[in-house]
Amino acid sequence: MSEFYFIRNILLLPLLEGTLITIKLIVLSIPLGLILGILLAVGRVYGNKLISSICAIYVIFFRGTPLLIQLFILYYGLPSIGIFFSPLTAAIIGFILCSGAYHSEYIRGAIQSIKSGQMMAAEALGMSRVQAILYIILPQALRRAIPGCSNEIIYLVKYSSLAFMVTLIELTGAGKIIASRYFKYTEVFLVVGIIYLLMVSVVTKFLNMLEKKLKIPGLE
Amino acid sequence: MIENFLMIYQALPYLLKGSLITIGLVGGALFLGFIIGIPMAVGQVYGSRFIANLIYFYVWFFRGLPVLVLLFLFYFGLFSLLRLNLPAFTAAILVLGLRSAAYQSQIFRGSIQSLGEGQMLAARSLGMSKIQAIWNIILPQALRISIPGWSNEYSIILKDSAVTYAIGVMEILTRGNFIATRTYKPMPVFLTCALIFLILTYGGVKILDLLEKKVRIPGYTFGRKEI
Amino acid sequence: MQSDKDIVLEVEDIHKKYREEKILKGVSFKVKKGETKVIIGPSGTGKSTLLRCINQLTIPDKGRVWLEGEEVTHTKKSINQFRQKIGMVFQDFNLFDHLTALGNIEIGLVKVKRMDKDKARQKAMEELKQVGLENQAYLYPAQLSGGQKQRVSIARALAMDPKVMLFDEPTSALDPELIGEVLEAIKNLAIQGMTMVLVTHEIGFARSVANEIIFIENGKILESGSPYKLFNNPEYERTRRFLKKITELYGESIEKR
Repeated sequence: MSEFYFIRNILLLPLLEGTLITIKLIVLSIPLGLILGILLAVGRVYGNKLISSICAIYVIFFRGTPLLIQLFILYYGLPSIGIFFSPLTAAIIGFILCSGAYHSEYIRGAIQSIKSGQMMAAEALGMSRVQAILYIILPQALRRAIPGCSNEIIYLVKYSSLAFMVTLIELTGAGKIIASRYFKYTEVFLVVGIIYLLMVSVVTKFLNMLEKKLKIPGLE
Repeated sequence: MIENFLMIYQALPYLLKGSLITIGLVGGALFLGFIIGIPMAVGQVYGSRFIANLIYFYVWFFRGLPVLVLLFLFYFGLFSLLRLNLPAFTAAILVLGLRSAAYQSQIFRGSIQSLGEGQMLAARSLGMSKIQAIWNIILPQALRISIPGWSNEYSIILKDSAVTYAIGVMEILTRGNFIATRTYKPMPVFLTCALIFLILTYGGVKILDLLEKKVRIPGYTFGRKEI
Repeated sequence: MQSDKDIVLEVEDIHKKYREEKILKGVSFKVKKGETKVIIGPSGTGKSTLLRCINQLTIPDKGRVWLEGEEVTHTKKSINQFRQKIGMVFQDFNLFDHLTALGNIEIGLVKVKRMDKDKARQKAMEELKQVGLENQAYLYPAQLSGGQKQRVSIARALAMDPKVMLFDEPTSALDPELIGEVLEAIKNLAIQGMTMVLVTHEIGFARSVANEIIFIENGKILESGSPYKLFNNPEYERTRRFLKKITELYGESIEKR
């Protein structure tokens, strides 16, 4: 038993350091991924044929290929053509590019579910397309996209672990290092797992609160 | 430029063998998830509170942990602890399958619940036992409704299969990495791997779409209230 | 002989195809200041499309539109400037669901007319008062009844100080007991001298407010004239039959209210 508590003293600090890196990853990737998602969705729904096609191809690629391959291309592939990213930068860019594609599908669906009358009424008042999208369509569409986008955000919290595969020592990486040094894989990764579960719970609660706060009275 | 294509051409058989491994992983995981997921879904909807809570815990655990962590936990940790000397491929199918069961059970649970209780009531009123009703009435409908969600699960597992690189499974990405480090040409190699995944993803989804059309019951909206 | 200065809206030879079908086959009319024109006709004859061609929400295949002498179609100016001067009220209200009643009226003032926020709020409140809904200012569309929604929608259009108001079957989506309050709001507008083009089935109401009734059938104007003329002395048998039919359907219900 005492061995266990000893492990706790050796294990916890590096894990916490790793967790901080994970949090850094998440906090930087999520908002930017959302913004990219909005841009892609608007581009696909309201853009001309060229823009719409480019956005569609982008989404097809980033949703049809594994995140891990995307990270490998960014970190191991690009240097061969002269672009060098640090592990942290590569991971963040990869998460933004990938989650942006997933967010855009939810947001696109939400935009298309808004009645066409809303755009008509906005234009009838004299609003330009851009104004109508910004002040009338997006405020409603983004609310509708919250369940889907929340789902994607939770995914990102978990898939941040893949950053270890491009040599960033975040939570999972820290765990692997300690576990392989002391041959205590089960204990270490159970603790790592618990930390992820905690993070996911906190983020879920936060997102639920956000959804409640943004609810429009009367609209189910 | 030409040399890149030549290299890819030579590497292709090796990579494509990896696709077979990948397909094996995905198929095995989906199958395992299916045969575990359905009883779990039935247990959650029709079982006692104790069973439902147990299942809920399982789902929470396997959905809450990242795939990578699960792979490390089981392959390096639990399997060693239990003195199971499973090869990486088998271990990967096991882990991915157990995880998929968690997700699939929720898909099936949603489908079962969307049928409404009328179906079960009618079946019982004819004298069927709960099990008969579930097997003959509920599941045939619920499974059809689940196909779109299942199609989604397929593409997720396919992409997750690349993560098994971390425990040394010789699937597409692992082989790609092998080639890339030896030819010093990571870009063409990884892009080719990406292309293979693209084809597998969208090809598979197309096949599942065809399947859905084939088993669709004409005119029926499956108890969904809105049309 | 009316002076041309009196003509607020002129519509000339509007043609519109939907897919392969010709919906509008050459419709023309003029609206003078303070006039109320009512457009009636069988369903699906493109009456809504016609209104949308006026403010270019739908671009006509052929034809021209003038607002106060300035051409709206083929204009180099931004269409948005014209749309500010044309108010439109939709059958489905199309209120902005994420904004309060007050917010719905303010947004056009702030974003399109670039009014100061406080001034916009004041004006929006006044418009709400005019339609009798100042107590509902902070409610959301989902919390309003159909009649209230439509009145807010009217206030929203009026707040922009338009030169002409277009109504696209404003009461067709309302429950019968709510129609009266909306018709009353429209009637008040007519009394105050607003220039209006109204598409409706409410034939009793049309009779009482219209200066001229236009009957559109098969994408063309079959007949037009004062309510008296159309009801008592129409040129075409089809006009008489149509008027009789919708009077049976809708006219009675006006008296019952």
